[in-house]
Amino acid sequence: MSDTHAQSVAFVRETSLPPVPPPASQAGAVKWMRENLFSNWVNAVLTIGSLYIIAMIVVKSAPWFMNGMWDTPSLAACREILQGKTGACFSVLTERWNQLLFGFKYPSTEYWRPGLAFLLLFIAAAPVMFFKLPRKLLIFTAIYPFLAFWLIWGGTIWTPLIAAFGFVVGYLVYARFMKQSFAAGFFGGIAAAFLTWWLGGMVGEAIAPQETLLEAVNSRDMGGFMLNMLLGVTCVSLSLPLGIVLALGRQSNLPLIKGICVVFIEFIRGVPLITLLFVANVVLAYFLPPGTTFDLILRVIIMITMFSSAYIAEVIRGGLAALPKGQYEAADSLGLDYPQAMRLIILPQALKISIPGIVNIAVGLFKDTTLVSVISMFDLVGMIRGPILASTEWNGVYWELFLFAALLFFIVCYGISQYSQWLERQLATGHR
Amino acid sequence: MAEAQKMEVSDEIAISIRKMNKWYGSFHVLRDIDLTVNRGERIVICGPSGSGKSTLIRCINALEEHQKGTIEVDGITLSSDIKNVDKIRREVGMCFQHFNLFPHLSILENCTLAPIWVRKTPKKEAEEIAMHFLEKVKIPEQADKYPGQLSGGQQQRVAIARSLCMRPRIMLFDEPTSALDPEMIAEVLDTMIELAEEGMTMLCVTHEMGFARKVANRVIFMDQGQIVEQNEPEEFFNNPKSERTQLFLSQILGH
Ligand SMILES: Nc1ncnc2c1ncn2[C@@H]1O[C@H](COP(=O)(O)OP(=O)(O)O)[C@@H](O)[C@H]1O
Ligand SMILES: [Mg+2]
Repeated sequence: MSDTHAQSVAFVRETSLPPVPPPASQAGAVKWMRENLFSNWVNAVLTIGSLYIIAMIVVKSAPWFMNGMWDTPSLAACREILQGKTGACFSVLTERWNQLLFGFKYPSTEYWRPGLAFLLLFIAAAPVMFFKLPRKLLIFTAIYPFLAFWLIWGGTIWTPLIAAFGFVVGYLVYARFMKQSFAAGFFGGIAAAFLTWWLGGMVGEAIAPQETLLEAVNSRDMGGFMLNMLLGVTCVSLSLPLGIVLALGRQSNLPLIKGICVVFIEFIRGVPLITLLFVANVVLAYFLPPGTTFDLILRVIIMITMFSSAYIAEVIRGGLAALPKGQYEAADSLGLDYPQAMRLIILPQALKISIPGIVNIAVGLFKDTTLVSVISMFDLVGMIRGPILASTEWNGVYWELFLFAALLFFIVCYGISQYSQWLERQLATGHR
Repeated sequence: MAEAQKMEVSDEIAISIRKMNKWYGSFHVLRDIDLTVNRGERIVICGPSGSGKSTLIRCINALEEHQKGTIEVDGITLSSDIKNVDKIRREVGMCFQHFNLFPHLSILENCTLAPIWVRKTPKKEAEEIAMHFLEKVKIPEQADKYPGQLSGGQQQRVAIARSLCMRPRIMLFDEPTSALDPEMIAEVLDTMIELAEEGMTMLCVTHEMGFARKVANRVIFMDQGQIVEQNEPEEFFNNPKSERTQLFLSQILGH
């Protein structure tokens, strides 16, 4: 009390207190353990119990891993060498890795093509995921889908070129007419794109050479983890924009658009994905004119995309609802029109709020791609359950195969989750 | 007299509202509003909570739709035609009680956004304009921060600067100081006074009577969706005619 007048009630501060650094936290392993692991009787029991369980798992599974075989030709050979000891038979992975990754019909001389497409995916995704990178890289991102299609499916290069050309024409028409009326630009663009594809399809057939640079691979021959990746990446990247459109449509003032979006979302959410996949596989064929072939993978992509976009739309709707009305009003009062207000003000904030939900759905979607195994497509799980477990050499190798599948999926899903947390930290702009 | 420092008011009409009515459902919020504002005029609107003050000024830039009567801003009639609405919003700036800054954009981006996208000003030029107005509201050093990092008073000044960057001819204020701590009110009012002295046409909903006395040409008192009384500030405060005005003034000045 040196700087106060202790004897009087009235108080005037004469010297101001200098700021001092906060007290150093009392660190130390013992203190940490006492606070976090053994703070009371129940916690201590729980801690010891958990430690015991962890120890048991490690002790029991360690020999299985340590004794693992890596280069035997069959399960029988593994058993012979192990002679009753516990031990894994990882040889199935080294022997069948190509089938697990690419399916059993993809020509083995062409494995480099999906491999290359996979590596290029990182370059294409980078500017979308890390917006500090130069925007010019987005050009490659725009080319990538067509390039990847050509690499994976092979065949004539005219197919992806015409597809890309259709998008360009559609966009040009849209940009031309959009200034007069958004609807005219939108539908004109779509019509122009389809016209281009239709004409291009006929021209392409005429000029396509018999011998192509890359050997054509049939959709039926795609399989393994490649198929999961292909479906996962395509469907996530398609369902995000579609989900945004659906969410905005559901908020629309136009009753017709709103109605369509609500019915679509509610219908899709009320139907199991498996049902949609069966529809894609069998039922859709009845609706198509006889003789048309409509690629199975494309059908599956459409179904999974519709499925997840309905969920994403609902998550984004939550984000939109969480924004204060004042944000819309401020955008309006500054004279921004609807597309500008949405793109610059509303969606960036709504999407930021929705990131955890969207990632949740993306991860779920990626894992749900394994459901295609029930419509006899040989994705990673389909490969394991079908050709590999059915083979005489590897009949009975469950743990090794499914652990491997789990590991692959875990790596991807954990990566997505880590990225989303990083993104949330990046987008944090002060309190509020 | 306070008149001395008041800028001249031109005969040109900035806003003209005739027999305007608005309903929320069946609730008659605004009844037969008649109001003409000349260019350079500064009008303070006051009245009890729920009397329709916000609704009135929000009708002027079409944040709310009116159902009967006409509103003409800068000679442009406000109708359901979107083109007209956009035209009017470009000429009319607005400040809100809760600032409504864009939290995901920096202060500078908040200020340059509308000029770049609506007025198609080149980015460089828009940034210069923004810095000019940020200096004017005395916070150029905060340009790179985000709204969440600023105090309420600073945020409201940024909101004023953001509106000014669109070079509006009319400014609307909806209780710009009522969400602020007392010591921040003065800094926002100073900014508004400065703006008034430069001859900006202003409509302010506020209960800051000191501000009204100092800059207003006219004070309007609203109650139950109607304009009950309007007069010059001296007369209005010293000699209110209607009973409701007297009651209201005694309530807010009484303590
Ligand atoms: N969106 C709305 N829907 C229905 N009633 C509303 C809405 N906005 C305001 N009101 C009502 O209109 C009246 C006037 O509101 P307002 O203009 O905000 O009053 P003030 O700004 O004078 O306090 C209030 O009774 C309020 O409850
Ligand atoms: Mg109000």
